[in-house]
Amino acid sequence: MPDVLMEVRNLKKYFKTKRGPLHAVDGINFSINKGETLGLVGESGCGKSTTGRVVLRLIDATDGEVIFDGENILDYNKTKVRTFRENAQIIFQDPFASLNPRMSVFEIIAEPLIINKKAQSRQDLRKQVLKLMDTVGLVARLENAYPHELDGGRRQRIGIARSLALKPSFIVQDEPVSALDVSIQAQILNLMEELQKEMKLTYLFISHDLGVIKHVSTNIAIMYLGKIVEMSDYSSIFKSPLHPYTKALLSAIPIPSVDIKRERIILEGDVPSPISPPPGCRFYSRCFERMDICKDTDPELIEYAPNRQVACHLIKPQSNV
Amino acid sequence: MPNNDNELLLDIKDLTIHYITEDGTVCAVNNLNLSIKRGETVGLVGETGAGKTTTALGIMQLVPNPPGKIIGGEINFAGENLAAKNEAAMRTIRGKKISMIFQDPMTSLNPVIPVRDQIAEVILLHENVTAAEGLAKAEEMLELVGIRSERAKDYPHQFSGGMRQRVVIAIALACNPELLIADEPTTALDVTIQAQVLELMKRLKSEFNTSMIMITHDLGIVADICDKVAIMYAGSVVEMADKYDLFRNPKHPYTIGLFGSIPDIEKDEEMLKPIKGYMADPANLPAGCPFSPRCELATAECHTKKPENIDLGNNHFVKCLQYANQGGE
Amino acid sequence: MSTDKNIEIMDNPETAPSKKRSQLYDIWRRFSKSKTAMLGLFIMVVLILLALTADIIAPGDERRPGYDIQNLQNTFQPPSLEHPFGTDNFGRDIFARVAHGSRISLQVGLVVVSISMFAGVALGAVSGFFSGFVDNFIMRTVDILLAIPNILLAIAIASALRPGLGSVMIAVGISAISGYARIVRASVLSLREQEFIEAARSVGASNFRIITKHILPNCMAPIIVQATMGMASAISVAAALSFIGIGIQPPTPEWGAMLAESRRFIRDHWHMVMFPGVAIALIIFALNMMGDGLRDAFDPRLKK
Repeated sequence: MPDVLMEVRNLKKYFKTKRGPLHAVDGINFSINKGETLGLVGESGCGKSTTGRVVLRLIDATDGEVIFDGENILDYNKTKVRTFRENAQIIFQDPFASLNPRMSVFEIIAEPLIINKKAQSRQDLRKQVLKLMDTVGLVARLENAYPHELDGGRRQRIGIARSLALKPSFIVQDEPVSALDVSIQAQILNLMEELQKEMKLTYLFISHDLGVIKHVSTNIAIMYLGKIVEMSDYSSIFKSPLHPYTKALLSAIPIPSVDIKRERIILEGDVPSPISPPPGCRFYSRCFERMDICKDTDPELIEYAPNRQVACHLIKPQSNV
Repeated sequence: MPNNDNELLLDIKDLTIHYITEDGTVCAVNNLNLSIKRGETVGLVGETGAGKTTTALGIMQLVPNPPGKIIGGEINFAGENLAAKNEAAMRTIRGKKISMIFQDPMTSLNPVIPVRDQIAEVILLHENVTAAEGLAKAEEMLELVGIRSERAKDYPHQFSGGMRQRVVIAIALACNPELLIADEPTTALDVTIQAQVLELMKRLKSEFNTSMIMITHDLGIVADICDKVAIMYAGSVVEMADKYDLFRNPKHPYTIGLFGSIPDIEKDEEMLKPIKGYMADPANLPAGCPFSPRCELATAECHTKKPENIDLGNNHFVKCLQYANQGGE
Repeated sequence: MSTDKNIEIMDNPETAPSKKRSQLYDIWRRFSKSKTAMLGLFIMVVLILLALTADIIAPGDERRPGYDIQNLQNTFQPPSLEHPFGTDNFGRDIFARVAHGSRISLQVGLVVVSISMFAGVALGAVSGFFSGFVDNFIMRTVDILLAIPNILLAIAIASALRPGLGSVMIAVGISAISGYARIVRASVLSLREQEFIEAARSVGASNFRIITKHILPNCMAPIIVQATMGMASAISVAAALSFIGIGIQPPTPEWGAMLAESRRFIRDHWHMVMFPGVAIALIIFALNMMGDGLRDAFDPRLKK
């Protein structure tokens, strides 16, 4: 039985808006084992980034529990949150916006160490920063450069170095490669994989790119409008998707090959607004397999098979497995 | 409309565009060759800074000047060299014979004009019709891209990103152009919406028999809707071939590297095989082959000699010295 | 380079920037490319030199300071070699008075900008960062300040206090606070949403550190531009207050006061009005040119 590092129970986050509460995250459950990666996939506005921030207490949750190493971090006070953040870090999507343009590479990577008093002396600080730069593949000469002088790939490496500075055990990766070119993206993905193995890191990997998610994840959760609609190990979702949304999402990815032809499921319309969502299944308005019951009754996330959960009225649990 | 399938609609020869700034010269496009037949869709693939957008702006003669300047080369479009045309002549071509779809549907529409009027504007500009006819045609175009006529008088902000991109497509196709340049038209959209828009573009392209340049960084989109692929690196096309040929049998080390960088949905791979190093800096290009500093196969010659365009036969062109001796002249 | 690990250093040592180069140097490089900004800077340097050397140019004697040496036999002289700007109705050398006046103007400008900048930046930063009630309270107060015309507010404050240099500086300083507060609040509001602020918070940075280390350095550009232009307007408001007689009192050679005194003689002795007037125009022009240049130098993207 693998060790569970983080367990999220019935997590909710509503934002107040003028037109009513925005259900960004609406009662989700998942758990991540130590050293594994949970891939969280969904389209813009599905609540995946909010989830990543709530589990780090960068945003306060509306309801629910986030159990990290046996303790509910939502109950933590300010000082405990600070120590928790030494264990749990985030890497951001935008390597341009996530670095202070007025700070040099050295200052950016040194900041977590200074704030949390992790360096005994100036020499020790410099040694630690240079070691971090080396770890993420930045040459030492760059320590005095400013972010705007560097390209996206190097900038993202700075962000990774910063998040590693406090030696965390858990990192939320919020679309860390979606702003990068494919050749650079592959470098960064490989780097993260190496780091994970070497430092036994646990990742919550948020992305809209199913190809990237499949490559990095142990388990995958698919989100739609604040809810998880399907969750399982990475290969089952790709081999035999259960939820209609998963099927549509998979079929919509353009495959870079001329020899594989897939039947496309083209969904109608747009994602509905997360403000005052309909009572039934969130996917009802776009579903190509909808039934009457879907309109008013929200399907529960059920255990379809071991390590396979899905929330759809069409899917009944496999009792004999 | 002439229907000779083998006629070249667009033939770009040795196009070179530089941005001349006080801090130095940015060589955005260098000796670029590209040709498109009538009705054909060419995917122009490359990463940030490869010069894709500058090429598109160059065809439209819209490179901001200063600092941009077309240094040399020809852009032959339907038998005429666009690079030699003046601004007034270009205005009759833009939007009418060549039109463009931009990446960001949020900023490419005017926020204070209803979408129908924005489409009508292009029609009135280029066609000899009355205002009422223009508006009627505009509503027809909206219908064609899947927007119901009761929404014709709505403003851009009342539409979602995908719907806005449909409006942009309607504007681009309103005058039945011969060439459509789509600059990353779906990059800002979600996957399921991207699928809708790509499906729409495919349908309209065959309906209007338009030639298209699809600028993208996504080889998946290329596999989906293009006939021919041109791979760009550091301002020039390093490999150009028929889609099937290029995907099954890529020749240039950069093209091979690109394929190795993409996580494969169909297969389980342990590690990706990325290209080492970073994109070439167009303000400071290497002396020889621009890809040589990142190339695993680079020889001493590659660092000093610029590769020529080599015809490998079967309309497969590659700019790489390792093929220099085997290519038929 | 790391060899024990599989993580490959993918950097090409030749292409990456390496030299330690301060951001101030970059700003100066861009600033120095603008001809108008450099002209402004040149004028300012000349005026500052004039202010520094005023006592050498026009030394005083034991009874009177250099700007107030009268010679009633030598009044209303037009410009000449001996008196390059001519003399006034008391026979005082106008060049000496303009030179001494530049001290007053620069002093007014600096003090006013310091008062309004520190108060405005603090208020704006707090207001933008903490939103809610604090924000509302501060900004409504600033709105009220902004609703009263600057010069009117300055008149009220200057007449409530004793007329003189000090009250002019306080008056103009207070009336300029709202400009800084608004600019800083707007930048803070947009900076607050940036990911690097969230990144700082995620590594445990306190609010104080976030404001001073991450937010304020990033709104230095608009603050400095506003300070440069604010100095120009402070000098002109101070001159205007002196002109209408509630500012600096004679015989102090404040340029505005000099204009006021000499306006009676404008028909016959143009030089008396012309030189202090030109001095005011020049310093304001110079500061505004520098402000424009600084704005472009701070944000190269704005220009491209």
